Amino acid sequence: MRHGRYPFIIGFLAAPLILYVVFVISPYIQAFYIALTDWRGITATPEFAGFENFARLLDDEVFWAAVRHHIVLLVAMPLLTIAIALFFAYLLNLGGGSRSGRMTGVTGSTFYRVVFFFPQVLAVAIVGVLFQAIYRPDESGVINGVLARFGVEPIGWLTDPNLALWSIIAVMVWQAVGFYVVLFSAGMSAIPKDVFEAAALDGAGRFRMFFSITLPLLWDTLQVGWVYLGIAAFDGFALVQVLSVDRGGPDNATTVLPLEIWRNAFNFSKYGYASAMGVALFFMTITFAVLTLRVTRRERIEF
Amino acid sequence: MASSSSAATTANAAVARSAATRRRGGGPGVFGVLSHIALVVWTILIIGPVLWTFLASFKTNAQIFGDPLTLPTSYSFDSWARAWDKAHIGLYMWNTVFVVALSTAGTMLLGSMAAYVLARYEFPGNRIIYLIFVSGLAFPVFLALVPLFLVVRNLGLLGTHVGVILVYIAYSLPFTVFFLTAFFKSLPTSVAEAALIDGCSHTRTFFQIMVPMARPGLVSITIFNILGQWNQYLLPIVLLPGHVEDKWLITQGIANISVNAGYEADWPGLFAGLSITVVPMVIVYIIFQRQIQSGLTSGALK
Repeated sequence: MRHGRYPFIIGFLAAPLILYVVFVISPYIQAFYIALTDWRGITATPEFAGFENFARLLDDEVFWAAVRHHIVLLVAMPLLTIAIALFFAYLLNLGGGSRSGRMTGVTGSTFYRVVFFFPQVLAVAIVGVLFQAIYRPDESGVINGVLARFGVEPIGWLTDPNLALWSIIAVMVWQAVGFYVVLFSAGMSAIPKDVFEAAALDGAGRFRMFFSITLPLLWDTLQVGWVYLGIAAFDGFALVQVLSVDRGGPDNATTVLPLEIWRNAFNFSKYGYASAMGVALFFMTITFAVLTLRVTRRERIEF
Repeated sequence: MASSSSAATTANAAVARSAATRRRGGGPGVFGVLSHIALVVWTILIIGPVLWTFLASFKTNAQIFGDPLTLPTSYSFDSWARAWDKAHIGLYMWNTVFVVALSTAGTMLLGSMAAYVLARYEFPGNRIIYLIFVSGLAFPVFLALVPLFLVVRNLGLLGTHVGVILVYIAYSLPFTVFFLTAFFKSLPTSVAEAALIDGCSHTRTFFQIMVPMARPGLVSITIFNILGQWNQYLLPIVLLPGHVEDKWLITQGIANISVNAGYEADWPGLFAGLSITVVPMVIVYIIFQRQIQSGLTSGALK
């Protein structure tokens, strides 16, 4: 057991660890330093600038627009996704009522589950291109074409600044719901059948069963889902970059921080400033994760 | 008192029984009808856009900009051929297959090696190394974007597939190590111990005993990594910039022809390109949907 133990451990850990430190850890550490420099362009020598980048962030309207969009995303996207996914998961697992003492889903549950999950395997960038055609602002767009049949004037889904962000949120929800249906289904199938049976015998209806039994017993899974979706709300890069008008437009109405980081770094070569945005994004994400885990923590129900 | 409450219980039970009977009979209540409508509507919302894209690849420009709810008049694969050759979708597909094959293989090899050692061997620094790996899950990749670009450039790997593969592996390691460490810990220790006592080397024990035992976990996480890396968009557009167009990956290729479709007025080509990337996904998904679903949700269920 002893011979060759350390050479083996080192041999197995060396390659993954070196790769990880070079490409992941070292960039993360460097980012905090670069954020404190005025680095612009590849050839220029970076000068230490203290918190100048962060001071500039505070006056940057685009930065604040992006932050506001993250707040909207953070509230709307998880809420919509979880509500729709919970509803469908409930139908697919328990909506069929009890059949010979066991709770079942509605007919065709397997089919629905397979279809709903599908968008999850598509790349976000591909989904973005897909929805360009769906959202086209004239009657050649799929949605506007359908609406035209009912005599509704074409709507500028992505060109109307008040609507554009919501159109993008809708695509995020469209893609995410299936994943959470499957996730919540797994959680629901873990709830013992006799709990539902007992409730049914006591005369609980579907709504009562959902709110008094399913929801509380699903709390852990919901919490995981909320954290995942919250973290996704701080991203949105691929979709906004591909789908929105003018990459974050119209007039910055849909821009998000990751997009501004990318734009500042690779379009304007403002490395210092882009990294400062990265640091701001990091602290927002971490704050969200910690807050969520604190606030939603409650007594675990054993079953 | 007692008799009235017992009467109420009986009445309740009767109601419950009758409700159960009604449901067993599958009688459609208002709720049942509404819920079926909701399910069908969502199904249309999912299938609709994908189906529309597929059909649009057979239309002409004029038809695409006409009424969106008509079927194509003829079905020829001209636009598919154009997308495959002229818009280089074929090339981008092969590039992506090449990159993802190597990076997923690398991720699984290095990730399972690290996870195994961290899960099964006590040594000073074990806990710290594990935490360093897992801490990667807490950082948004956008924080590292600028320095990562510079690191790759300084190593001379910018615009190369090797660079992309190494970066994919590195960024897949945190989750892979996190997941597989837990998985290796859950496996019984006795088999490996017996092998070591019989004189089997540590390396051989890992490859011939532990890897086969860990197969279910390895399969889940392999699917997770293949999909995650296949669908990457941010890293390719940063690491494979415009001047190495022949090295591009599929997501950036599609995003680019969607920009160009406007200039070149080849909209059927765009939808053909989209279909070429989406149709294989549909087929693979239908075949492996069970594994894919459990692979992608495995992380959240831990």
